[in-house]
Order: sequence, then structure tokens, then C-alpha cells
Amino acid sequence: MTLTAPARTAPPPALPGRAPGARRAWRRASPYAYIAPFFTLFAAFGLFPLLYTAYVSLYRVELQTPGDMQWRGLGNYTALFADEFFWTSLRNTFTIGVLSTVPQLAMALGLAHLLNHRLRGRTFFRTAMLLPYATSVAAATLVFSQLYGRDFGLVNYVLGLVGTDPVDWQSGTFASQAAVSTIVIWRWTGYNALIYLAGMQSIPHELYEAAEMDGASRWRQFFHVTLPGLRPTIVFTAVVSTIGATQLFGEPLLFEGSLSGGISHQYQTLGLYMYEQGWGFFHLGRAAAVAWVMFLLIVLLVGANALIARRRTRKEAGR
Amino acid sequence: MTALAEPPVGHRPPDRPARGGSRGAARRARSGAGRTMQGGRLTHAVLVLAVLVSAFPLYWTVVAASRSNADLARVPPSLLPGPHLMRNFEAVVREADIGRALVNSFIVSGSITVGTVLCSTLAGFAFAKLRFRGRGALLAVTVGTMMIPPQLGVIPLFILIAELQWVNQLQAVILPGLVSAFGVFFMRQYLAQSLPDELIEAARVDGASSARIFWSIVVPVARPGMAVLGLLTFMAAWNDFFWPVVALSSSEPTVQVALRQLGGGYVNDQSVIMAGTLLGTLPVLLVFGLLGRQIVGGIMQGAVKG
Repeated sequence: MTLTAPARTAPPPALPGRAPGARRAWRRASPYAYIAPFFTLFAAFGLFPLLYTAYVSLYRVELQTPGDMQWRGLGNYTALFADEFFWTSLRNTFTIGVLSTVPQLAMALGLAHLLNHRLRGRTFFRTAMLLPYATSVAAATLVFSQLYGRDFGLVNYVLGLVGTDPVDWQSGTFASQAAVSTIVIWRWTGYNALIYLAGMQSIPHELYEAAEMDGASRWRQFFHVTLPGLRPTIVFTAVVSTIGATQLFGEPLLFEGSLSGGISHQYQTLGLYMYEQGWGFFHLGRAAAVAWVMFLLIVLLVGANALIARRRTRKEAGR
Repeated sequence: MTALAEPPVGHRPPDRPARGGSRGAARRARSGAGRTMQGGRLTHAVLVLAVLVSAFPLYWTVVAASRSNADLARVPPSLLPGPHLMRNFEAVVREADIGRALVNSFIVSGSITVGTVLCSTLAGFAFAKLRFRGRGALLAVTVGTMMIPPQLGVIPLFILIAELQWVNQLQAVILPGLVSAFGVFFMRQYLAQSLPDELIEAARVDGASSARIFWSIVVPVARPGMAVLGLLTFMAAWNDFFWPVVALSSSEPTVQVALRQLGGGYVNDQSVIMAGTLLGTLPVLLVFGLLGRQIVGGIMQGAVKG
């Protein structure tokens, strides 16, 4: 970290008059050289595809001949809205989203509260809870679909031990959606718990001391100091989880391995529906229309999230 | 939206580790009731339960991968590993070409990690420490798109890749993988907090060139942040699913593409599928086992879902 550039290696005094000007020009240009690699890639593979999606959604594009585009106007969208499976997948995305996000964040909050105690082996607990996060969607889903097997799955075996009839985790609508949701919950609860823990540790301890002096119990402290202090973090995780839920794909794809998300599309999500349109039915244009609908949905949901958060803050401030 | 969507970075300066250390202990000692509460027996019990739930599916993968398919269909099921691990590994290497998938995944994730860390450090340094026109706007664009899932741009990206004749070639996955707005933001935050302006000024006065300043001053300071970003990037790249499934096929698979083939009904033997899952997960679990502590630290400094 020491300065390895002694003054002696300064640019040679040759070419007086020109060098300082050139150097100043370079000084002014060099920031752009630093950001150029990122922004070149970003423009080509990040920004361009996002913007171009809207354009593609107005054309008929086939998977085998992606260079050949025919103007279709809003045809892809009308076809979409006329397809009952689009509405099914929209509904499923919503129910699976709620089923996975709400318990996930609630449990993460509880776990973070526990992790915030003085613990023996706290590094172990934190690391172990992140194991699911290190597991890929594909791996997690394959294991869970094995555990959820109708005839020989471990889940049904355990249910049998407590005297419950076996559940058909694949073909029941609610059962399959709940099963898919548990995969999401398993993978992300520990991760969110760590985010909350980081938030909890940044709450000024004076607040707790003041609450203590006022005689507030542990639980009251949790509800009146911890939760309000965590609000920005909670909004952040809610937004990220909502976005994740809106584009859920790997879990429903690999749960049984079919593009339709179950025989009667009972757990097909919008992400999977998009993939089915593009790579199952070869309609890239229609898939782009689905992507655009998903984008609007995300904007809507995130906007609603922000609105709720702001209104609650204002209410609190007015109190 | 962007203001809300900004991750809770900077709760703690990165140079102040979350774990242990005398400073951490000192902080804990003077912190308030909410933080110093001693964890009771119940707290420990619940946490142990959470750890068991977190670990069980992985343990079950080992059990199922080391048994025969007939074992898995037995009631009551066997909960301990069996003797067939090697046989199942051989079967999955034969049937799903997991060996090639592993090599490809190492190439892809390795390239993405090196490229992302480099691009992000360069851009992060410029955003943190250099003044130039359009800096604010460019940073806003970067952060603003951080929350837009790349999955939404998959169709034009596929058309682009198809036009370039890159379908089913590894660069189709590597190049888009290098785009990490999060990485730029992460390195910007890191360098803004840990690289003193005076250091750069001094080097400038000494006449060090811009490239020289970067390599001998910025990079050494940035190294811990680069390491954490590298870890997170490697894991995310290894586990990335949607785009590789779209851009590659079973003839040139990454691990996740191979797992998708396994789950797609090409192989019916559950224990073989579990053997493939285990092989594909082991490398990243190994990284996690060695450097889990750093990954935890990185996430607590404010990571975002890949």
C-alpha cells in the first residue's frame, strides 16, 4: 500500500509545453477509460436487451429464425390476454409469491432477533443458515421434489407417522404451490435473516437504553425500537423478494420437469409461462410480451410497496 | 423507487468486521439491551433447529446419492448413507456428462468472476474518487437498473446471441455474465470508505500515471472488497439458471444445464439424479465451507439477490 512511485520516476522533462497539455487532457479523459469496460458490456448485454424487449414484443419472431421479424402491432398482447393459461400463471405467480414471501420474511425476522443475542458459536449459526443460499435453484428443487414424492417421498412418510393421509404434492393446486413455495422459503430465509441482523446491529443502542429506562419489556423493545429501526431494511427485502417472486422460474420448471407447470398448469408461474411461449412454442415475440407484462407488474408492485412504506412513515411522523 | 431499492450498504464501514475481534467485543460491551442479551437455552434450541432444517436437504442429497433406486422406494426409508455413491457418480457422469458440465462451469464462473471484479473495481474507483462530467447520471442509471431482473431482457439477448452465432457456446454465457451493476455499486461503496483521497493526491503529485495509481494504490486497498465480491460473483455465476438454460444445451452444458436435463425426465433413476445434484453442488459448498465467514460478512455489508 506504500507509494511505490517516487518523484524521480516522474515523466521526463522532455517535450516541454506539449506534455502538460496532453497530460491534462488524459487526466480529464481517464475517468471514462475506467468506466468504459463496464459500460460497454452494460450497454450491449444489459441495457439494450431490456429496452429492445418492448420492441420485439410488437413483432412476430420465431425461435428458429430470430433474425426474421414481422410487424404484428399489439397482436402478441391480444393473443396473450385471450389465453386462459396466461391468467392462470398470473394468478399462480401471485399466490406462490404470497405463500413464499410472507412466511420467509417473518421467519427471517424472528431468526435475526435470535441471532442478535450473545451466542456461543454465532459464526457457525450464521454460516450454517446461509447453506441453502449457496445451493443452486436446480439442486434445491431436485432434492425437494424427491422429498415431496407422492409414493416414496420422505415428507409423506413423516405425515404418515403422525397419521395423516399422503398428500399428492404434484397434482393438488394448493399442495403443489405450497411445495414450490417451501423451496423458495428454504433458500432465502437465512439470507434475509442476515440482512435483518445487519440492520438490527446498526440501530443505535441508546434507543434500547432509553426504552429500558422507561421500563419497556424485551418484547415491547422489539416492537417499538427494533421494528421501526428496521423499516428501511424490511422495505428493501420486501422489494427484492417481490421481484424474485414475480420472475420465479427454476423451481416450478424442475419440480416435475414440465414446461406447463403441472398437468393443469396448477403451479405454472409467469416466468415459466414466458419460457414455454418462447422455447416450448417457439414464439419469441409473445415471450417478449410476457416479459414486458412482468416488468410492468414489478414496477406496479414496487411502487405499491414504496407508497405503503411512505404512508406509514408519514402516519408515524404525524403521531 | 431507486432510493428505496438501494441496499442497506454502509451500515458498517467494510473495514470494521462484523465478527469477533477486540473492536467487536468492545462494541458489544457498550451496546444496549437489545444487543447484549445473553442467548438462553430456548434461543439456542430454535437456532439449532433452523440449522438442521437448513442442512437437512443437503444431507438427504448425500443419503439418496449413495443408495440404490430400490432403497429409495422402501418403507420405512433409510436415513443413513449407503454404499452406492461411486456407482451413482459413474452413472451420472455417463448419462448426463456431468464431467464436462463441471469443467464448463469452472470456465464460465471463473471468467465471470475475474472479469466482473476487474470491471467493477475500475468503474467503482472512477465513481468513488474521480470527478467527471455525467458521473451522477451514469451512477444513477447503474443503480437504477440494479433492481431490474436481467431475465426480462432474455429474448433480445437471445436474438443477439443467435445473430452472433454464439448459441451453445460458452461466451454466450460469459459475456452477459460480466455485467454486474451490483459489483460496481459494491466497489464504489467500498473504495469511497476505505481509500483516502490524500493517497491518490500524493501519488499524483509524485507524477504517477493513472494506470500506475490504479495498480499500485487502488488495487491493494481494494483487495479485501474485491475478494468478497469475487466470492459472491462466483457463487452467483455457478448457480445461475435461466440464461444458461436458454443459451446452452446438453451438448455444451454448465452444471445447472446438466441438472435441468437430469430433472427433465431423461434419467429416471432418482439416486442417479441425486448423485448429479451432489456433484454439481459440491464445488460451491467447498468454497462456502472454506470461506463462509467472508461470504457472511459480504452479505451483511449489503448484498443483493443475484
